[in-house]
Amino acid sequence: MSTLATAVMTSIRARVGAVVKETHDTFTLTVSPADGQALEPFRPGQFNMLYVFGVGELPISISGDPEQPEQLVYTVRSVGQATHALVSRNPGDVIGVRGPFGTHWPVEAARGKDVLIVAGGIGLAPLRPVIYHVLRHRDDYVRLLVLYGARSPRDLLYRKQLAEWSRVPDTQVLTTVDYGGLSWRGHVGVVTTLFRQVRLHPAETVAFICGPEIMMRYVIRQLEARGVAPNDIYLSMERNMKCGVGFCGHCQLGPYFVCKDGPVFSYQQMRPWLDRHEI
Amino acid sequence: MQAKSLAEILQEHPFLEGFKPEHVQKMAELALEVQFGRDQIIFREGQESGLFFLILSGKIALEVSAPGRIFRVQTLEAGEELGWSSVLGEGGKHFQARSLETVRALAFEGSRLRQLCEQDPAFGYALMKRLLKVVAERLQATRLQLLDVYAPRAAKLI
Repeated sequence: MSTLATAVMTSIRARVGAVVKETHDTFTLTVSPADGQALEPFRPGQFNMLYVFGVGELPISISGDPEQPEQLVYTVRSVGQATHALVSRNPGDVIGVRGPFGTHWPVEAARGKDVLIVAGGIGLAPLRPVIYHVLRHRDDYVRLLVLYGARSPRDLLYRKQLAEWSRVPDTQVLTTVDYGGLSWRGHVGVVTTLFRQVRLHPAETVAFICGPEIMMRYVIRQLEARGVAPNDIYLSMERNMKCGVGFCGHCQLGPYFVCKDGPVFSYQQMRPWLDRHEI
Repeated sequence: MQAKSLAEILQEHPFLEGFKPEHVQKMAELALEVQFGRDQIIFREGQESGLFFLILSGKIALEVSAPGRIFRVQTLEAGEELGWSSVLGEGGKHFQARSLETVRALAFEGSRLRQLCEQDPAFGYALMKRLLKVVAERLQATRLQLLDVYAPRAAKLI
């Protein structure tokens, strides 16, 4: 293996600082280097490969503030053996970290425009760094619109932050759930139904979407119907990533490796591949 | 400040965006401004309610009752419509509608709207096009809801 390959495939040791329960199955972990190394800065939308020793390695998007690079924050949904092992770490435990890898949300392309964030489920986690960025550089952007859908009220992430963000001037935060109980007095309906509650300025809007692929396709239809251009729509794709750096080919999607050429793509790039079967 | 006329209020409602002024005027002549307090049942499932509403403010939940529990399947807010089936005039309501907060709306007798559609086919076509759009959007949203896209893969049936 070349020196470069060795470097990108070698984890640094990192210590878990805190594990916060967000919902019944989703946790946020804070991690910092165990041996005092400086962490590589990350851009919103990038991911790290996290290694739970003896269990497995996982690609996890960074959900923290890019301007607080001294610690890495990940929001992880416990859905399988490796993610369960990861969220079961205790403060002080050591895990392996590689990266950051992948493309980032092009926040610079949205300067002087409205930023529209459409997230579904755990998809809000990779978009949270964009929200942190826009809020830190508020004058660089016009409106911040966040449309967030989850399965039920108990699945909503970052509820306290959503409420805080909604109080920031020129910021609109709308949440919805697919299934609401009687105690839930918020919006009920899929995330696309929130589009009726916002007035978009299509030529002045850059949209960032993350969630299940079907949900993203429906959201794109809404955006196209309202006149947002394909090169102003960005989405984060998910495929079975293994190496994280384009060596293994597990995450191939058409001509792209999602780990290296993505996970963030413009809709312009993805359009030929989104509706195609068996890809 | 002078209060807005019903025609002016209607003109601003997204449902009537692009409607001809004379058609808006016809709607305004049938409109009745109504208000519901928080947690008021607007109509019940199965009830023969002939009213179609354009919501001006507040939030309404559509609910389905099952023995011992109620499912909240959708909420509707300002700029949306409630009771489209009353314009078709067939059967009772499929859902129960409950105001979650104080609601202001414009109400229309479905039978009067149907009469207008019969008398003025151009008006009828414009109204039906809009209703069809509402129904299509609700159908698509329901399909997406049925897919349960946020469920963990292991929990999915298909």
